[in-house]
Amino acid sequence: MKAWRRFRGSYFFYSFRRDPVALASFSIFLFLVLVSILAPVIAPHNPYDTSTIDVMDAEIPPSWMNGGEERFWLGTDIQGRDLYSTMLYGLRTSVVIGIGAVLFQGILGIVVGLTAGYVGGRVDSFLMRVADIQFSIPYLIVAIITSAVFQLAFGVGRFEQLAMPLLIVIIGISEWPKYARTVRASVLGEKQKEYVEAARVIGLNPARIMYRHILPNTLTPVLVISTIQVAQAVMSEAALSFLGLGMPVTKPSLGSLIKAGFEYVFSGSWWITLFPGILLVTFTLVVILFGDWLRDVLNPKLYKG
Amino acid sequence: MTHLLEVENLEVKFALRFGDLTALDDISFHLDKKEKLGIVGESGAGKSVTGFAIINLLSKPGYIAGGRILFEGREINRLSDEELRQIRGNLISMIFQDPMMTLNPVLTIGTQMVETVMAHCRVGKAEARGLALEKLRKVYIPSPEKRLEQYPHEMSGGMRQRIVIAIALLTNPGLIIADEPTTALDVTIQAGIMDLLTELCETEEMGLILITHDLAVVSRVTERIAVMYAGRIIETGLTHEIVGHPRHPYTIGLINSLPGTRRAGSRLEQIPGMMPNLTAIPAGCAFHPRCFFAAEECRRTRPELSAVNGGRHWAACLRLDQTAGPNHLHD
Amino acid sequence: MPNSSTPLLSIRHLVKHFDISGSLLDQLTWEKGRLRRRRTTVKAVNDVSFEIRRGETLSVVGESGCGKSTLARTVIGLYPPNRGKIIYGDQRIDNLSARQMLPYRRRMQMIFQDPYASLNPRMTVARTLEEPVVFHNPSMSGAAAAEKVADVMRQVGVDPKWADRYPHEFSGGQRQRISIARALMVDPEFIVADEPVSALDVSIQAQILNLLMDAQDQRGLTYLFITHDLSVVRHISTRVAVIYLGTLCELAPAADIFSRPRHPYTQALLSAIPRLGEQRSQHIRLKGEVPTPIQLPTGCVFNGRCRYADARCREEVPVATPLGPDALVACHRVAEGKL
Repeated sequence: MKAWRRFRGSYFFYSFRRDPVALASFSIFLFLVLVSILAPVIAPHNPYDTSTIDVMDAEIPPSWMNGGEERFWLGTDIQGRDLYSTMLYGLRTSVVIGIGAVLFQGILGIVVGLTAGYVGGRVDSFLMRVADIQFSIPYLIVAIITSAVFQLAFGVGRFEQLAMPLLIVIIGISEWPKYARTVRASVLGEKQKEYVEAARVIGLNPARIMYRHILPNTLTPVLVISTIQVAQAVMSEAALSFLGLGMPVTKPSLGSLIKAGFEYVFSGSWWITLFPGILLVTFTLVVILFGDWLRDVLNPKLYKG
Repeated sequence: MTHLLEVENLEVKFALRFGDLTALDDISFHLDKKEKLGIVGESGAGKSVTGFAIINLLSKPGYIAGGRILFEGREINRLSDEELRQIRGNLISMIFQDPMMTLNPVLTIGTQMVETVMAHCRVGKAEARGLALEKLRKVYIPSPEKRLEQYPHEMSGGMRQRIVIAIALLTNPGLIIADEPTTALDVTIQAGIMDLLTELCETEEMGLILITHDLAVVSRVTERIAVMYAGRIIETGLTHEIVGHPRHPYTIGLINSLPGTRRAGSRLEQIPGMMPNLTAIPAGCAFHPRCFFAAEECRRTRPELSAVNGGRHWAACLRLDQTAGPNHLHD
Repeated sequence: MPNSSTPLLSIRHLVKHFDISGSLLDQLTWEKGRLRRRRTTVKAVNDVSFEIRRGETLSVVGESGCGKSTLARTVIGLYPPNRGKIIYGDQRIDNLSARQMLPYRRRMQMIFQDPYASLNPRMTVARTLEEPVVFHNPSMSGAAAAEKVADVMRQVGVDPKWADRYPHEFSGGQRQRISIARALMVDPEFIVADEPVSALDVSIQAQILNLLMDAQDQRGLTYLFITHDLSVVRHISTRVAVIYLGTLCELAPAADIFSRPRHPYTQALLSAIPRLGEQRSQHIRLKGEVPTPIQLPTGCVFNGRCRYADARCREEVPVATPLGPDALVACHRVAEGKL
């Protein structure tokens, strides 16, 4: 309660309320996340339930068009699934992968960056070279090789089951150096400060100094890049799925929906790819706009307590 | 008689989200050629804002809300930007605590000095270079020809501050405003810079406004001082008068709290509390919550500067009859 | 009153150099047609020896970059010395492991210069103050720790009801009080104070100096006081050590050093202090600039700027020799009796 009152009185909250872009983008973001979490409740159909899908319903246009049906507000895709429901479920998959990948890369990157920055010397050089190497390998190559090896080794069926954790790991692995570098840079700055020396004079052990004293002071830039990283992870997932390396058609994500619909754009069924596309763009756009605002307001040079 | 600089009832405000904040209130002082005025105060007293207001370099959201600033009889707070640019740097130069605020780290000293000259007067490059060398000699820079080719980072802090002074001299200013010019420097270098500024005032016939928190430095260099507290001048007059016989309780406390003035190892006399934030300046006399002499009237009435000791000394205090006392310096 | 002549801590021939040559690639230079590896070291502290006596305030003065802060941090154990010994009581402490060092950690504490950087901005005052005491007494109950926090906060003049606030809610002077409170939490006997008042306003300086002197009286503390402000030194110190380029020039009782400085550098330094109410001083102008601590001058480190330097000063390093019962001076001319 006290923390909430402190937050409400803060400069952060004040500038949030004053900024229409921040307000709008955060509300839309919150709305989309809520909708995706509540997809099973909201969606009129369950796209995972094969018994309710009828191929005869395939490629029905949106309800307001000629040939549209009341049952399917935004039309259906080529398998006859209700597009609106499938998009809600797809958004859910995308959000889970996006946030999961960011958590994965964040934790990995923070641990590496903190260790490299605080310990310094050879450990620092080694870890940062690893990060550089990781950074110089495009994630597409990582994704292609990993999913190819996985499909070969365990078969396509098993791949479909494990696609989501696998995507989280692939996107996470390819992006962690960003966190490692950001955290290391702020650790190098914080390490110089006298409160860290004070902690050493008390006799605290390095792990405690790293995690209790330095880490909380490096989280501001981490928070800022995290928003951008969520947007990026969602787009990466979409790109991988579009290339057929991501979520299978039976477990739709926004990316795989766009891909599935893309082949039918020229045969007239544009809605299958357009609506998921708009949803994807909206989602990433609001996340990026919110991240921009966050970066401006949390910039220590502008921050006024 | 017109003074070199005359500041009359200057008022500076900051436009903030919860309304205007008064940073300077009713500041008046004047300065003649060859004269050295010290503006003394602790951080937040408004002494730097005064300097910035005079050269009209107040950064947003600060603005001059009232009063006049006259330089050689011309009212400079009403001039256009173009006219101002002529005056700022041409007739008034400013020196900052950090020399790197003036110096550009990626240009050589020579380039920066020549550019400054050529921006202000119509001279050729060779002539500008000659002028730069002349000014560098004035500030006692050894082997000035060599220095022109160097970058700021190749020099020590004291040398950089001398270069900044040389740059300030390039336009033959009538007034130099030095904001804590030696605070970042070591004592042995500090003394040299102060001697240099004093000497230049004499030889170049300039006025000097020395803004600092260091009473000892001010007392060594200036003829007159103004002590500021919470955006107002609370005591002003001849330096030796104020340092020897301070009358405002704040000045008395400030002088007595200096470690050099008392027997080693004894408790220092301390002013309780701290300077109020500009958002919460107490009513009446702003100093009353920290004052030993405060009475009921101090809570309500704001004191104006009034003459003590026949016009050589002014203090803004309602209890001046109480503060005369023995010389607080040597107890 | 403990015997004032027993050293609480002595340092012997302390040397601290920093290697700033960077990676292997940065070290390689091409010289006379050959590839050479060259290391750059900053010689921050060079062969400094002195003793700190129980209950005294030993001030270390010098100009910026003279190595006084490095000396302080080496003494407290933040930097390992390259050579020399640090002896606390009768135990050598510079070669102890972190675990062996723990009992000494609660006997020696440090106060820092910058009140804005010396407190963790994400920790409340209560947590900052509790941490050292709970760390050193794991069995202590929460209530006992909270009581101790309130106790020490009262001692340093900060209202204990503000314990739940964050550092940014306090002014510079109050933060410095909290920083002092953190050092006092473990009831140390020796405190290294690195420029504790130089970031503060004049009227606040007096408050903090009084607080430090009161704490010394009440707790019998010993201070190693690092500062560049000579009027503070004169007020607070028992003895004063003057450092130039990482080398000890002179060490003497405070009263003596101000009335009769012996070393030419001390003389120049003291003559430069501006005094209140004093018009134009007759300060000794030093010629030249402080040499870099990367390449120390041969002989006496001060010889290039000294008015009295002769051939011997340029070749032979002067050793700090006792001069009277309490004083040390490292100068050939003083040793020869010519000054």
